[in-house]
Amino acid sequence: MSAAPPLLRVERLGMSFGGLKAVNEVDLEVPAGKITAIIGPNGAGKTTFFNLVSGFHAPTEGRVVFDGEDVTGLPPHRMARRGVARTFQTTRLFPEASVLDNVIVGRRLHTRSNVFDAVFRSRRHRREDEESRVKALEALAATGTRDLADVPVANVSQEAGKRVAIALALATEPRLLLLDEPAAGINPHETDGLSTLIRSIVQRGVTVCLVEHKMRMVMDLSDHVAVLNYGRKIAEGTPAEIRGDPKVIDAYLGAEHA
Amino acid sequence: MTLFFQQLVNGIALGSVYALVALGLTLVYGVLKVPNFAHGALYTAGAYVAYVVLTGLGYPYVVAVVAAMAVVALLGAAMEWVVFRPLEGKSPVHAMIAALGVLFFLEGAADVIWGPDFRQVPTPLDGVVSVAGVNITEQRVLVVIAAIATMSGLYWLLKRTLVGMSIEAMAQDREGALLVGIDTRRVALITFAISGVLAAVAGSLIAPLVLVFPTMGAVIVLKAFVIVILGGMGSVPGAIVGGYLLALAETMAGTYVAFAFSELIAFALLVLVLVVKPTGLFAKGV
Amino acid sequence: MSGSLASRLVPTALFVVAIVFPLAVDNPYLVSVVVTAYVTAIAVYGLDVLLGYTGQLSLAHAGFFGIGGYTVGVLTADHGFSFWTALPVALALTVALAHLIGLAALRTRHDYFAIFTLAVGVMIVIVIDRWAEVTGGTDGLIGIPPPPAIGPLRFDTLTTQYYLALAFLLLTIYVVWALVHSLVGRTFLAVRNSEDLARAVGIDAGRTHQLSFVISAALAGLGGSLYAVFLGYIGPAMGNVQMTFMMLVYLMIGGVASLAGPLVGTLLVMGLMQALQAFNEYQMMVLGPILVVVIIFFPHGLAGQGRRLAERLTVGRAGDAAAR
Repeated sequence: MSAAPPLLRVERLGMSFGGLKAVNEVDLEVPAGKITAIIGPNGAGKTTFFNLVSGFHAPTEGRVVFDGEDVTGLPPHRMARRGVARTFQTTRLFPEASVLDNVIVGRRLHTRSNVFDAVFRSRRHRREDEESRVKALEALAATGTRDLADVPVANVSQEAGKRVAIALALATEPRLLLLDEPAAGINPHETDGLSTLIRSIVQRGVTVCLVEHKMRMVMDLSDHVAVLNYGRKIAEGTPAEIRGDPKVIDAYLGAEHA
Repeated sequence: MTLFFQQLVNGIALGSVYALVALGLTLVYGVLKVPNFAHGALYTAGAYVAYVVLTGLGYPYVVAVVAAMAVVALLGAAMEWVVFRPLEGKSPVHAMIAALGVLFFLEGAADVIWGPDFRQVPTPLDGVVSVAGVNITEQRVLVVIAAIATMSGLYWLLKRTLVGMSIEAMAQDREGALLVGIDTRRVALITFAISGVLAAVAGSLIAPLVLVFPTMGAVIVLKAFVIVILGGMGSVPGAIVGGYLLALAETMAGTYVAFAFSELIAFALLVLVLVVKPTGLFAKGV
Repeated sequence: MSGSLASRLVPTALFVVAIVFPLAVDNPYLVSVVVTAYVTAIAVYGLDVLLGYTGQLSLAHAGFFGIGGYTVGVLTADHGFSFWTALPVALALTVALAHLIGLAALRTRHDYFAIFTLAVGVMIVIVIDRWAEVTGGTDGLIGIPPPPAIGPLRFDTLTTQYYLALAFLLLTIYVVWALVHSLVGRTFLAVRNSEDLARAVGIDAGRTHQLSFVISAALAGLGGSLYAVFLGYIGPAMGNVQMTFMMLVYLMIGGVASLAGPLVGTLLVMGLMQALQAFNEYQMMVLGPILVVVIIFFPHGLAGQGRRLAERLTVGRAGDAAAR
């Protein structure tokens, strides 16, 4: 492990729904500047884990520590302001709006204009309005979707929509980007493009944590892999270590025979 | 001391009415996930049907109550079919606006047909029963007995019939209910009809004790909403317990503190609950 | 704004008509109907900010209309304030109350919030009814004086009051336009369109709802204040749920999230109702089903179909870039 402190650390993280423990005593460190993948059979608790880290659920046990600060239980908008951005398993965008207008919303947390700025058209508002637009276009360019800026999101292809969603998350200038199954439903060529995109994101200094099922992509891309099964972490290590780990193979085979 | 028991009885009678109205509201809320703002109009409709049957047609009280149940059941079902079904799946705000439209239509219709004046419904039982020095009007006794009978009937329906169990299933988990093959549309229709029956029983039972007018349902439905939020959306025990508790609190406060205060209790409770636990007292979370 | 000639010409023409109207028309009754429509429309613009742009329903909306009107009425009729000092007080009171009540918006779902505002609305009317020494109870307040003159400008005739109402209406339209075409407006729309996603990108949805609620209440209060001085009278019926329902009808008919919608809807429906006076008692019976039909088949409102501001803001001239 690198000597630098991890960007994200969860300690004995747990989430119980009624009697069911969706996430169970998970300890995990996500190193800064690297790509960490979270894999596991369906229902292993991966998306719930993301929900806990991004603030959509408050954990019933354990702690979430982000950049040295205990952020356990903070609501989503506070986590976003601290630099944790995410995408969703089913691509979420603002309907009835263009691609650019979608991504501009992601700039709002970096603006301070209020009602009075809006009504009196203050200098601050004009500046922030223009800045938001420029930076949103930059985020679109970073994901290769700049020329879709004025297209209504309803008219955008599924694969492009995923990239727009990533652009939206990037627009918030996160330090940690959580990608929930970004490669779901796209073909191998598009998957390669996505891998390239993720690498370029990390090169800009953003730490990436992704949940993914496509093994080849995970193994090629990740620096670090953690495996969840039935809410527990059963293995952790480099892709090579994980590939050969009998516990991991068991978990996947077991799931197939279940 | 007799005053206390007197008011206790009044509170129980009132609570029976509140419970019935709240039950209808909570069932629909549990199944639809949207507040039916027009529910008070169903209660009012029950009272007016009783009025028409008793004064206009001159039939006995039992007929009036049964007629109210039938007419308002149809009215409730019509509401679901014409108004709420087309809005299924859309934003809840749409359904709420539509409910308002229905409410004002029904209130307007009552206003046109019978005018805004208060109507008196003759009370079929004008005797008074005396128990341990406490005078209870027979009508109030009837209210309590009939309410309990209705609630028992509802309980039997919910727990022992397929329809009832489907309602509970749908209220708990709509997708799950669909997956196991429950015809959610039919269940929704029936639930609305049942809510109409409950409201009609309440309206026709209370009619001889109060004055009947087009907007009589407004205040009671507001209280029903408070009860339903307190007791939990879709919770049958919550509606019943909440109904009686609120009625007793109001009656006692009205007697021992001040009348004006009793009206504010429901509102104060609502504010308190929403501030402390916005999902309601007995809600199981989301 | 779009550069097409038509879209510049139409508002200009309408503006000219509005200016010339009271001078060209020799029917004081008609003029007074239009003035009433103007000040009511101000409140409907407020409702649009909350419902059309932020997606939240408040059943207490007319209550703030009433609070504005009663504050101005009481201060000017009973305490000798001038309208010009009473108005800021009324607005401040409305904003303060809305801020407090809006705290509920921070933590409640849309349906619970609607129920809560229903209770608030009923409570407001009850307080107005009972606090008779101040509000005049069910009889209401009469003898509300018109605004005093400012220099050479008088406001005590129908024509001058028409222009006063028009001025405030135009101010309202500007404020709403500026708000909607701003970062704040983008926030409202984002929260309306997908609250969870808005949260995920750092927007505090609760505070956004509260802010929208306060703005909507302030506009309702402004409308109510003007209504009171124009009519010279205010009664509890101006603040009840029925009034909120009427404003909803005006908004839905005129079109939500559109700049002209609230004005068009209010003028149209009020005008029709005045024209069909004979059918006044059937008002609710007719408007109820109309509202139901509109919300089912035209959820964005009747007039201005398909030209909602959300589309205007985004598609612009590049609609044909929808290559995929």
